Amino acid sequence: MGQIISSYGWLLARAMGQTCLLALLGLFFGSIIGLVFGILGVLQNRVCRAIEVVFVDIIRGIPMMVLAMFVFFGIPYGVKNILGVSSFTLNALQAGTICLALNSGAYMAEIIRAGIQSVDRGQMEAARSLGLPYWRAMQRVVLPQAVRTMIPTIVNQFIITLKDTSILSVIGFPELVNTGKNVVANTFMSLQTWFIVAVMYLIIILILSKLAKLLERRLSYDR
Amino acid sequence: MTDNRAADKRAAVKIHVSDLRKSFGRLEVLKGISTDIYESEVVVVIGPSGSGKSTFLRCLNRLEEPSGGQILIHGVDLSDRKTDINKVRESVGMVFQHFNLFNNLSVMANLTLAPVDLGRASKEEARQNALQMLERVGLADKADAFPAQLSGGQKQRAAIARALCMQPDIMLFDEPTSALDPEMVGEVLAVMKQLAALGMTMVIVTHEIGFAREVADRVLFMDGGVIVEEGTPQELLQNPREARTADFLSSVL
Repeated sequence: MGQIISSYGWLLARAMGQTCLLALLGLFFGSIIGLVFGILGVLQNRVCRAIEVVFVDIIRGIPMMVLAMFVFFGIPYGVKNILGVSSFTLNALQAGTICLALNSGAYMAEIIRAGIQSVDRGQMEAARSLGLPYWRAMQRVVLPQAVRTMIPTIVNQFIITLKDTSILSVIGFPELVNTGKNVVANTFMSLQTWFIVAVMYLIIILILSKLAKLLERRLSYDR
Repeated sequence: MTDNRAADKRAAVKIHVSDLRKSFGRLEVLKGISTDIYESEVVVVIGPSGSGKSTFLRCLNRLEEPSGGQILIHGVDLSDRKTDINKVRESVGMVFQHFNLFNNLSVMANLTLAPVDLGRASKEEARQNALQMLERVGLADKADAFPAQLSGGQKQRAAIARALCMQPDIMLFDEPTSALDPEMVGEVLAVMKQLAALGMTMVIVTHEIGFAREVADRVLFMDGGVIVEEGTPQELLQNPREARTADFLSSVL
């Protein structure tokens, strides 16, 4: 174990950084996608709601490994050979970010839709009855309450997305699992290597959980 | 005195409703409601559940979209596409059965949110005004409390204060005491009485017949989506003309 840490420690630490980077990018764009589709899902307009349902159904219905292959290998192939744009490239980080963003975005959309719908209708009605426009009422009254109920579920989704970065080892992105495989290939010390990788994931996720608990406490209002 | 008021009222129709209809899918809940409500008039709407009285009230600030007919609030047509419903709502306060205080905000923030957000008052003005309103409903010491820390009666009084902070000239009450424990009904009714005495135009859906008798200028009895009978509390509550009204009154009194 000491040997792995001394020879490959820096490599694994860098991979841990790459895992965090990918997760952050994926979660950032995924949150935006989730917010947009989640709000589409609560609007009166049927077309908007249908768009949310279709998006969520498609993304949820495709395993992320397939999505990763499709985005990383399929899309550049299609753009080059069908659209004829030869200069188009997509590196593993870009493709990985797209996959994670779409995947976490779909789940987040459902969390946000359900969160908004869990806020009593009377809250919106009371805000509207005072003359506040719909979006203002949403922003000042409904969303803050929705966010609070959503936080534990969103944190859960963040953790899942963080672990899902491991799936992107299949497109060659140098995150923890991919790097772990390389280390094992060089050293044949799979027990020690995978133990270290596991501990590294555990550390990131424990930090994330702690931050979430702090956030939850800060946002509580009905003491 | 009632005669005098009636004479004044003719000059100032606050709410004009004609042939108001509302359907939910195939179910027609309002089947042609027509009435005029005058300045400073206190109108109490009674009737069995499912009679359409809450729907009627909610149409008056368009929380429910009418399916037909016309509503004029100070002469402004609610069904006109050019009407800015938010502007109308600023002058029509509403109090709900379940209070609907904003749970994420303190009592003070509940009261100042709309006036500040809609540019009606500066933060400081809104605060001063809110303090006055809280004083009026007897909650001056609860400005910094959160809704979850208040009793039902306190919540409802805060909700009334919140509506008053927009300085409305019409107040709608949708069963304001129905969700309260019996011992808290009185404190809310007292605030409403005080408001009536100050000349507020009020439309109140309630089951409190005693309150109607004491405070109402006019009582509407609704059943099956129509106004079956209307009159002064003395007329309608003591000597109902319609059998349905008499039946209803005998079941609730």
